[in-house]
Amino acid sequence: MTRVVLVDDHQMFRTGVKAELGDAVEIVGEAGDVEEAVSVIRATKPDVVLLDVHLPGGGGVEVLRRLHGMVPCRFLALSVSDAAEDVIGVVRGGARGYVTKTISGPELTDAIARVAEGDAVFSPRLAGFVLDAFAATDVPAVDPELDRLTQREREVLRLIARGYAYKEIARELFISVKTVETHVSSVLRKLQLSNRHELSRWAAARRLV
Amino acid sequence: MDDAGSTTHEQAAGGPSGDPSDRRPDRPRLERRADGALVAGVCRGLAAHLGVDPFMVRAAFVLLTVASGIGMAVYGVFWLMVPGEEGASRPAARRDWVQLLAYGAVAVGLSALTWGTGVARAALWPLVAGGVGVAVLWQQADRDQRQRWVMPLRQRWLRSLIGLLLVVAGIGGFLVQSVNPREARAVLIATLIILTGVAVIATPWVVRLWQDLDAERHERIRSQERAELAAHIHDSVLHTLTLIQRNAHDPREVQRLARSQERTLRTWLYQPRSDPDRTFAAAIREVAGEVEDAHGVPIEVVCVGDTALDERLGAALQAAREAMVNAAKYAEAPSVSVYGEVEGDQVSIFIRDRGKGFDLDAVPDDRMGVRQSIIGRMERNGGRATVRTAPGEGTEVRLEMKKA
Repeated sequence: MTRVVLVDDHQMFRTGVKAELGDAVEIVGEAGDVEEAVSVIRATKPDVVLLDVHLPGGGGVEVLRRLHGMVPCRFLALSVSDAAEDVIGVVRGGARGYVTKTISGPELTDAIARVAEGDAVFSPRLAGFVLDAFAATDVPAVDPELDRLTQREREVLRLIARGYAYKEIARELFISVKTVETHVSSVLRKLQLSNRHELSRWAAARRLV
Repeated sequence: MDDAGSTTHEQAAGGPSGDPSDRRPDRPRLERRADGALVAGVCRGLAAHLGVDPFMVRAAFVLLTVASGIGMAVYGVFWLMVPGEEGASRPAARRDWVQLLAYGAVAVGLSALTWGTGVARAALWPLVAGGVGVAVLWQQADRDQRQRWVMPLRQRWLRSLIGLLLVVAGIGGFLVQSVNPREARAVLIATLIILTGVAVIATPWVVRLWQDLDAERHERIRSQERAELAAHIHDSVLHTLTLIQRNAHDPREVQRLARSQERTLRTWLYQPRSDPDRTFAAAIREVAGEVEDAHGVPIEVVCVGDTALDERLGAALQAAREAMVNAAKYAEAPSVSVYGEVEGDQVSIFIRDRGKGFDLDAVPDDRMGVRQSIIGRMERNGGRATVRTAPGEGTEVRLEMKKA
């Protein structure tokens, strides 16, 4: 069974998530701030960490930075925030996906399983952000392999943004679910590795005023 | 002559002068009075203070002026020294040190100029003393008054520049006049050293002053933001929480209230301020919010790109609203997804639900909903609408429109 650590500064929210996940996963640890999260994750070595974006002590990005390359676990960001810079920031920090806290229990279980297998999890909103950030501009790409989305990747992202599940996307595009997953993982890689300056400029332009 | 109310108020406020007459409640404090003032209210205020007719005071001043000129001087001193009437909504007087500095430079330059060119060397010390006195009086004087006097010199940099020029001219004049050319170099260096010394002494003070001002401005901005946040939370969040408590028995209504509040708060916190009357993304969010409020089904909106609204996009939004209403009312889906996209001049809106779907061909021709208000409306405006649905498969309405 997937071993999971919950990192969130709201005790109430952690309790709620635990109840919703039920027996589907094994919760091996919990943490309420950055310090605690780092030590709990290093001690328990979970498969997946559910990571809140806003945490006392530097936020989810700080946890990712401190644990970078030290633990084999995968991170799924969980947030109430709609701010693009939060979302893009935590994904670029190394999270394998991003879901909002309004996600239902079964959907969350599904997302955890997907992340545990090494796939990426995109909410419709994250897909929208990525499409926006990679929107075609006249600026030539520095590294075309990383700085541009392929036509297929854009199609997949568009369908995610339209509210399609992976299975539905596969049927719509006449491809296998595995191929959909490959496309999404590839987008995630580009999102994390591209130095495309519009990406940061775009996120900054959406900063809280 | 005066109403007792204002007198007690002034006493409560206290006065800067230790005038013993303050202790007598029937005698108003000495101040320039705006009501019935001829020039600056000095005579009027003095008369009120002394308890005599203003005419007598004015006559005395006129006589003194005609006789020796001292009347005018005394009037001037009173004008500067006696505070204006309180409560006449003056902004809290703050010493304008930068301004004083600029005027100080002007004064120094003037005296240096006159001294250097030998115009008034004998009168130097009186001049300096007079200058200092004028500067002090100036600072005490009524701010409004000052501003009226110095209209042409309001720009601080202009004043500072003139002061600087005067200083340079004064020193130069002095050197040319009284220093033998061989010593000029030494004197110039000495002068520079003195000026540098003054700058070194004054700089920390000026910097400190500047920082204080800056800190104060930041604090003011912060407190304004806090006030705005508090007002927002009070107006909308607390209000909604109250409504939720009242409707605790109705889970549907509670959910609707919570969703609606969440949407408002998110828009307020995260969305760039945009006008739903002018931009596409803001408009589509607003439409979705309204439908969500009216029908109690959550509508998730994702938008990519944005553009200005025009008439045709307005029609597309109307069609989108109709599609959202249909999904919320008939689909029996837990939520509706809306995706808006602007790519070049092509605008697309997708409205999708995972509800029960329907058989499009089975919809009778006289049913206006889908055919007229969605497909018909889009086609009339040069756009296209496609409906994809089947019983049990959910529904997706796709609206496409070129920007006008």
